[in-house]
Amino acid sequence: MRESTNQPDGANAEKPLWDPYLAGIALGLVLLGTFLVFGRGLGASGAMARISALAAHFVAPGWVEANQHLGGYFAPGAHWWDDWLVFEVVGVVLGGLFAALTAGRFKLQIEGGPRITPKVRILFAVLGGVIAGFGARLAMGCTSGQALTGGATFALGSWAFMMCVFAGAYGLAYFVRRLWT
Amino acid sequence: MMPIHPSTWVAYTLAILSGFAFGFVLERAGFGSSKKLAAQFYLKDMTVLKVMFTAIVTAMLGLTVLRAVGVLNWNDLYVNPTNLGPQAIGGLIFGVGFVVGGYCPGTCVVAATTGKLDGMAFLVGIAGGILAYSGVYPAIKGFATSGGGERRFLYDWLHLPYGVAAVAVTVMALGMFAGAEYLERKLGAKDKAQELPTP
Repeated sequence: MRESTNQPDGANAEKPLWDPYLAGIALGLVLLGTFLVFGRGLGASGAMARISALAAHFVAPGWVEANQHLGGYFAPGAHWWDDWLVFEVVGVVLGGLFAALTAGRFKLQIEGGPRITPKVRILFAVLGGVIAGFGARLAMGCTSGQALTGGATFALGSWAFMMCVFAGAYGLAYFVRRLWT
Repeated sequence: MMPIHPSTWVAYTLAILSGFAFGFVLERAGFGSSKKLAAQFYLKDMTVLKVMFTAIVTAMLGLTVLRAVGVLNWNDLYVNPTNLGPQAIGGLIFGVGFVVGGYCPGTCVVAATTGKLDGMAFLVGIAGGILAYSGVYPAIKGFATSGGGERRFLYDWLHLPYGVAAVAVTVMALGMFAGAEYLERKLGAKDKAQELPTP
């Protein structure tokens, strides 16, 4: 495997990113393909709910099984992995890794704004994840499962979700600008 | 007639391929980078908006045309049920998490697999958020399940035929792209001007 390089313009420099509009068309065609083949779109947080339930099940099986929100994944005859999204997310892991390796962009690092330490960045990444994970469950999906998938099928609630995501993010952006600028 | 609906294990196998393509495109779009994603909310880099709305419009136009010519059975398509209250409040909360953490669930997976420790941290956070939600779910179940959960469509809400709504969404997206290009030029030029004194 080729090592990642920090040379700005060396022969091993990273491959450039795709043009945003071409990347969007590619993403849209993948999404269209899943609709035509499976009758459903892409997603992420739904699979994470099942994987989180699995992780919690190792520690507190009784709590998970009795939980109104997660218990169904462990009901008799059910399997935590038995969902299209779980397999799709396995593919996302492999596809993201393959893309980064072939573009010379795989690199162990902590990425964040210039004014914060790596420790602070990690702290806020966890915090942001907690908030986004909570919101995604309440909204029954995330940017993939609601905004992209619901957006393309004109789902009214997904459009409301999408507008509110931008509203929430832009509304708070000023107050957390130290994290990013 | 579409969708095809392959049998369970064929669908699960193909799901891995679909996810592979999804993850590949997200990485190539630059979505494995929190700095790039967060820059959207400071109007410095409008890639998120461009990629997202190009993807939505591409898939939407494809679905609309195939529906109109009778190849796609619209009633056989999974459409996210609508619960306006929970989706709006969930969206606001989600947006806050997005700008605080710099990722969303799909992009943090790509970030994590491409070596970003902050992506892995966000992923751990999501698991925590999901379990926290599950813990308080009995208390908020009334609100979380409110709204009817019906198949409701933007075009019905706008009182437009779906083909007209598709054109309207496309025109709106093109308008946003023009705005995005303008902002990037303007703010990009401003950044360059500020950088000049320190060569």
